[in-house]
Amino acid sequence: MTDPILDIKDIHVSFDTPDGPVDAVRGVNMKVIPGETVAIVGESGSGKSQAMMATMGLLADNGTVRGSAIYRGTQLIGMSKSDLNKIRGAKITMIFQEPMTSLDPLYSIEFQICEPLRVHGGLSKQAARDRALELLELVQIPNAKDRLKAYPHELSGGQRQRVMIAMALANNPDLLIADEPTTALDVTIQAEILALLADLQKRLGMSILFITHDLGIVDAFADRVYVMRAGQVVEEGPAEQIFNAPREDYTKLLLGAEPDGTKDPVPETAPMVLSANDMVVTFSSGGGFLGGKLREVKAVKDVSLSLQKGQTLGIVGESGSGKSTLGRAILQLLPSDGRVVFADNVISGLSRHQMQAYRRDLQMVFQDPYGSLSPRMTVGEIVTEGLLVHEPGISAKDRDRRATEALRAVDLDPAVRRRFPHEFSGGQRQRIAIARAVILRPTVMVLDEPTSALDRSVQKQIITLLRDIQTELELSYIFISHDLSVVRALSDTVMVMKNGEVVEHGSTANIFNAPTSDYTRHLMRAAFDLKSVLKEHANTIA
Amino acid sequence: MIRYILRRLLGAIPTLFLVVTVAFFLIRIAPGGPFDAERALEPTVLANLNAYFHLDKPLYEQYFRYLGNLLQGDMGPSFFRRDFSVHELLADGLPVSMLLGSLALLMAVVFGSILGCIAALRQNSWIDYTVIAIATFGITVPNFVVAPILALIFGVALNLLPTGGWGGGHPANLVMPVIALGLPQVAVIARLIRGAMIEALRSDHVRTARAYGLPTRMIVVTHSLRAACLPAVSYLGPAAAGLLTGSIVIEQVFGLPGIGREFVNAALSRDYTLVMGTVIVIAVFVLIFNLIVDILYAALDPRVRYE
Repeated sequence: MTDPILDIKDIHVSFDTPDGPVDAVRGVNMKVIPGETVAIVGESGSGKSQAMMATMGLLADNGTVRGSAIYRGTQLIGMSKSDLNKIRGAKITMIFQEPMTSLDPLYSIEFQICEPLRVHGGLSKQAARDRALELLELVQIPNAKDRLKAYPHELSGGQRQRVMIAMALANNPDLLIADEPTTALDVTIQAEILALLADLQKRLGMSILFITHDLGIVDAFADRVYVMRAGQVVEEGPAEQIFNAPREDYTKLLLGAEPDGTKDPVPETAPMVLSANDMVVTFSSGGGFLGGKLREVKAVKDVSLSLQKGQTLGIVGESGSGKSTLGRAILQLLPSDGRVVFADNVISGLSRHQMQAYRRDLQMVFQDPYGSLSPRMTVGEIVTEGLLVHEPGISAKDRDRRATEALRAVDLDPAVRRRFPHEFSGGQRQRIAIARAVILRPTVMVLDEPTSALDRSVQKQIITLLRDIQTELELSYIFISHDLSVVRALSDTVMVMKNGEVVEHGSTANIFNAPTSDYTRHLMRAAFDLKSVLKEHANTIA
Repeated sequence: MIRYILRRLLGAIPTLFLVVTVAFFLIRIAPGGPFDAERALEPTVLANLNAYFHLDKPLYEQYFRYLGNLLQGDMGPSFFRRDFSVHELLADGLPVSMLLGSLALLMAVVFGSILGCIAALRQNSWIDYTVIAIATFGITVPNFVVAPILALIFGVALNLLPTGGWGGGHPANLVMPVIALGLPQVAVIARLIRGAMIEALRSDHVRTARAYGLPTRMIVVTHSLRAACLPAVSYLGPAAAGLLTGSIVIEQVFGLPGIGREFVNAALSRDYTLVMGTVIVIAVFVLIFNLIVDILYAALDPRVRYE
């Protein structure tokens, strides 16, 4: 066996917090061989990122590391900053999850790609610029020459990640550490970035250490896999073995965490609860007091839909497709054109005040379980707040009883009423958000990416919960998501959106088994058959 | 860029007009008039004075007359200091206030940024706590306390500096007023820079810079300080306008002939035209500095660049 390029032995990471020390990584061993792709898989909090941050000397100020990490015979742990700086960004480089914030918004991408070139390679200004252009072409940024002067905010998420990759490749590294590099991207963009990484690795021969929570990617992409849980490696082995013959229960759990099952169809006679016709949402900017050009963007173009009692309509689309905007417009949370009918009443065009009467029937659950719950209110107050508005007559005792019921309905211990949101995990917070909607006994719930911020195993629980509540309370859902497998598990009918328009609309079975539009097929392949997409890419390049 | 500036300057005209109008009528609502004194004037003298300054005309007529004169650059005679025009009084006082203010501003920017940066880079160390303590002190202790104490120590006890007076703008006469005026600003800037800097140092792109082995100097100056300047810049716009147009307290304590003192005296003695003159000067400064802030902002942050 060749000597490993990076050999991590018994790494421990702990953080000093106000609540006492927290051990994030507890004795991890890992190896990376030259030219191989290694994946570290784990859910949030498993310590997968922190193990690498510690190796690279990038821990937060309150973090400490013990153990050994040897890069080509050199011990990285405890190395002086100036020595470490000769390796970081030159021999070992990193790309991160957040393409929006990982680049400095105040500098052009040329400046940022040239920085490590000049610092490590000592290149002249002109030489660095030439190399930057070459790199942008390498990562397949169109019109690379014109894009050099662009600022990060002028690029899309996928392009920014390409710029990060260009930075990472600048000094011909031995090892590229990619920390969830595609998690924040749409599936089709994810497939492109992964194909690019695979191709670059083949051409440039570096090793890749890929940190992810998504086993689907690992299958298509990695040679070897480490599965991490609670700061330790629970299983390791070649990717095929991990997928075909996992030994550990936790690995099996992760593998089985893809949302499954489908929704029982509603009877055709079920009454119509909500319909929307020719919905148009226009955003405008500019056109101020002193002139300036007025720009109008149609975020939603002539979309119609209908919803029966107990039915779930899944709205699928990539970022910018207008799916969330549509959801909000239907609930009259945004000014829009079009006619919306709820329970035989036209609700479009109603004033805020008139809309008040329908609000309790039309509830919404948002994506971000951290941002959507007020940190200064107890769970009990959050859950019962809607009752104060919609049923002001009921006594405090009744409110409390209703809160207990609602929390039980989402499988939370009613005793949590007196605690605050920050004491709960993402999945628990999303349950609280659902309880807050359910307590009002609504008719329709618009769920805007409610599972996107959650780990797969937690996601699965929330999906089951949503299905159970739906049957119990005869709810109708509009379920908005970019995640096809979640939509498949929850929806009766599916609408695929792109650029504000409906590309395809039909029963879940039809859309998933026999998509008619190219766009839907493209989306399906990137989501469910990444392996063949990458293989195809590799073949076209070879 | 030039088109943008022109558009903004054009946009300032209605604002200025509004300020002039509101100020004109507000000061007239205040009870009393410019010729009320402890001992009332002879009615005929008063009537003559009022007639001379057109104060016997209906208010709207006075307003349009004032507006008309103003458009020709004439701010009228001072009602109280009857030998001077408002223009002359402002031309005398403004340079004094502006010199004081710009020195205080310079002090605030230089010391504020340095202290804020050091505190952020040594967060939660004794240096940080010292800077915070000084900053809190600078903000909480009002300058009508700081100024006399400075005068007492350096002027009276140590006899190093003159306790007051303009002295033709001699540097020794400026030291204490500038310190007293600038100290609270140093404190505010230090706090702003410290907070923004701490946030910048924790940002994802600084993590990227560290992961790419950039030297500390580049991480701090290039990737943190520039972003950390933004909140300080927005604060400094209105603050600069305030500093340059004089401080009543400092000018009073150190006996300096600036326009801050002029403004308060004018308001107390219902010197309508002088009040209007100072209001206009302050408004112009605020408008100009807000424009400068916006231009600086665009220079620092490409995301807010203007077409």
